[in-house]
Amino acid sequence: MTNAQDYDLECTNLMKHFGAVRAVDDVSFNIPKGSFFSILGPSGCGKTTLMRMIAGFENPTSGDIRIKGSSVLNTPPNKRNVKMVFQHLALFPMMNVYDNIAYGLKCNGVSAGEIETKVRDVLERIALPDVAKREIHQLSGGQKQRIAIARCMVLDPDVLLLDEPLGALDLKLREAMKIELKLLQHQFNTTFIYITHDQSEALVMSDHVAIMNNGKFEQIGKPEELYHKPDTAFVAGFVGDSNRWNGSVINMDAKQIKVETDTGLALVCQRNPNDGLSNGDAVNIFVRPEFIAAKKTKTKSSKDTQNTMSGAVDSILFNGANSRVLVRSDNGQLIEADIVVTGSASDLRSGDNVNMSWAHAQTMCFADKGEFDAK
Amino acid sequence: MQSDIKRLSLILLFAPFALWILLLIILPHLGMVVLSLREKVAPRVYEFGFGNYIDFINEPIYWNTLLRTGSMSILVTILALLIGFPIAYYIAKIAGRRSRGALFLLCLIPLWVSDLIRAFGWILLLRETGVFSSFLQWSGMVSEPIEFLYNDVTVVMGLVYTVILFMIVPLVSTLDGMDDAMIEAGYNLGGNGYTVLRRIIVPYAMPGIVSGCIVVFMMTAGSYLTPILLGGKNSSWFTEQIYDQFITRFNWESGAAFGFLLLAFTSFVVWLGLKLSGQTLANTVAKS
Repeated sequence: MTNAQDYDLECTNLMKHFGAVRAVDDVSFNIPKGSFFSILGPSGCGKTTLMRMIAGFENPTSGDIRIKGSSVLNTPPNKRNVKMVFQHLALFPMMNVYDNIAYGLKCNGVSAGEIETKVRDVLERIALPDVAKREIHQLSGGQKQRIAIARCMVLDPDVLLLDEPLGALDLKLREAMKIELKLLQHQFNTTFIYITHDQSEALVMSDHVAIMNNGKFEQIGKPEELYHKPDTAFVAGFVGDSNRWNGSVINMDAKQIKVETDTGLALVCQRNPNDGLSNGDAVNIFVRPEFIAAKKTKTKSSKDTQNTMSGAVDSILFNGANSRVLVRSDNGQLIEADIVVTGSASDLRSGDNVNMSWAHAQTMCFADKGEFDAK
Repeated sequence: MQSDIKRLSLILLFAPFALWILLLIILPHLGMVVLSLREKVAPRVYEFGFGNYIDFINEPIYWNTLLRTGSMSILVTILALLIGFPIAYYIAKIAGRRSRGALFLLCLIPLWVSDLIRAFGWILLLRETGVFSSFLQWSGMVSEPIEFLYNDVTVVMGLVYTVILFMIVPLVSTLDGMDDAMIEAGYNLGGNGYTVLRRIIVPYAMPGIVSGCIVVFMMTAGSYLTPILLGGKNSSWFTEQIYDQFITRFNWESGAAFGFLLLAFTSFVVWLGLKLSGQTLANTVAKS
């Protein structure tokens, strides 16, 4: 099963302590060849430290990092075949595009003729064949991005690390670059490790995503698994939008849990087999807005496989296809639900009384670890 | 209306600078040029001519002194760069945020004492009856007093000490603006310490290096106190020649010519240095 050659990068029990702070706390993961792997977490969760350890700028307190099966702990950064695209790209402003890309090849002692061929080739592949003689400050944000990737890819790395490289771009360009990065990764067929705090970047581009919090990996999985089957309350709250209630367990069987929220509402939740919950435990309950159907009160149709709640429309958040309604429930809580705004008379209006319903299966319930108390 | 106010404020802001340049730099230098082009034919009788410059060329001791001043100033500049760069790098890149300010302040402290007093400090240490000499005798390493003053090594050392701060300040400010990620990128892409220094750090710091070198070279070539006090009468510094012409020999015409020659010579050296290193003032000093 664990044939080392199948993995470009393996980390085992990786730890990094700064004094008493555990920046990276017992993290293990394997990244298969040629995949796009994202590490997603809030700022300060230790993801940058993890990346710097892989690149060799920090030494782990304990644990092992193996690239293509061999440990790199005693290899200095300039000898590791792991290249990095920095947050602010760190292109060299005193060199032109050609020299920026050629820098790594020159360091490796590649002959001038071969450098020329390789640089031309990589510029073709990133679809910027004519910029070789340009200065860095003459490039647009998206072009700089691609040059920074080309500068690494020309060295044919085993693993490419990307440290939130889209952070500095404006929204439109960021959306375009997401798709472009994914395409580039396919084209080069190199393992990309992408670090971000932006969940949409991670979900859109990645084959696998690791959710990191307080130095630990909460869950590793495909984007849709993280979204639909989160393992922990943190993942459920961090990935995607959701409505959240605090409550406690009333009773439970193998499939379902009955809970009562702090505001006195009874809900039935899907049971996650390994949740380790028992009666009376404090829980966080999550429901995604897209699973809540908000209908005007007269169209009452509640099945017994659904949780229901009634309230009045507080406001409509119009955003084209992603429009939402904010409903003030009868016990005073605000709940978000996705709606379709067609522009016709049947649309919800502010002040309408509505019934909200959603399937038991879409109600997620996790032990309350206090992560959401402060918010 | 708005543009009138803008123009007025520009003029008001610009006026002190323009007056300073005009009254204290351009006019005196024009006066110097005019003065240097007068030949004394009889007491209080002058006529126009290049006699003062021709005298300079015909007397080897004059232009030898100028060349000696130039080459020693270049040596001082190089030493100040070699010593100042690691210090600046340490302050800007390695020292922690808190110790950075303290270190910078430590570099500034010598400036609070005047050049003159600092030179006398060196004299106290280095003269025949000074601290070093006495210590060496006391420890038994030498049997007779040693004179450390009045030689070229002492002059160069004293000058480096006086001017090194003016090398460190621009270097710290350019290196400070350098993103640490750029150095890390240099290593990450396969460079070793030497490659990163030569291909990334030094080119990046070039504006600071150039402006530091220009300031240090100009200050050294034009310095008077340190070479005289530490090098004595035979330090043969060109400023000493100028002083002699003006004050001792009361030959203002010749002194003015020498002063102008020093300016032309140092400007030429700076120009040559920029040409040889492939830099221009516009993309170095203007950027630092």
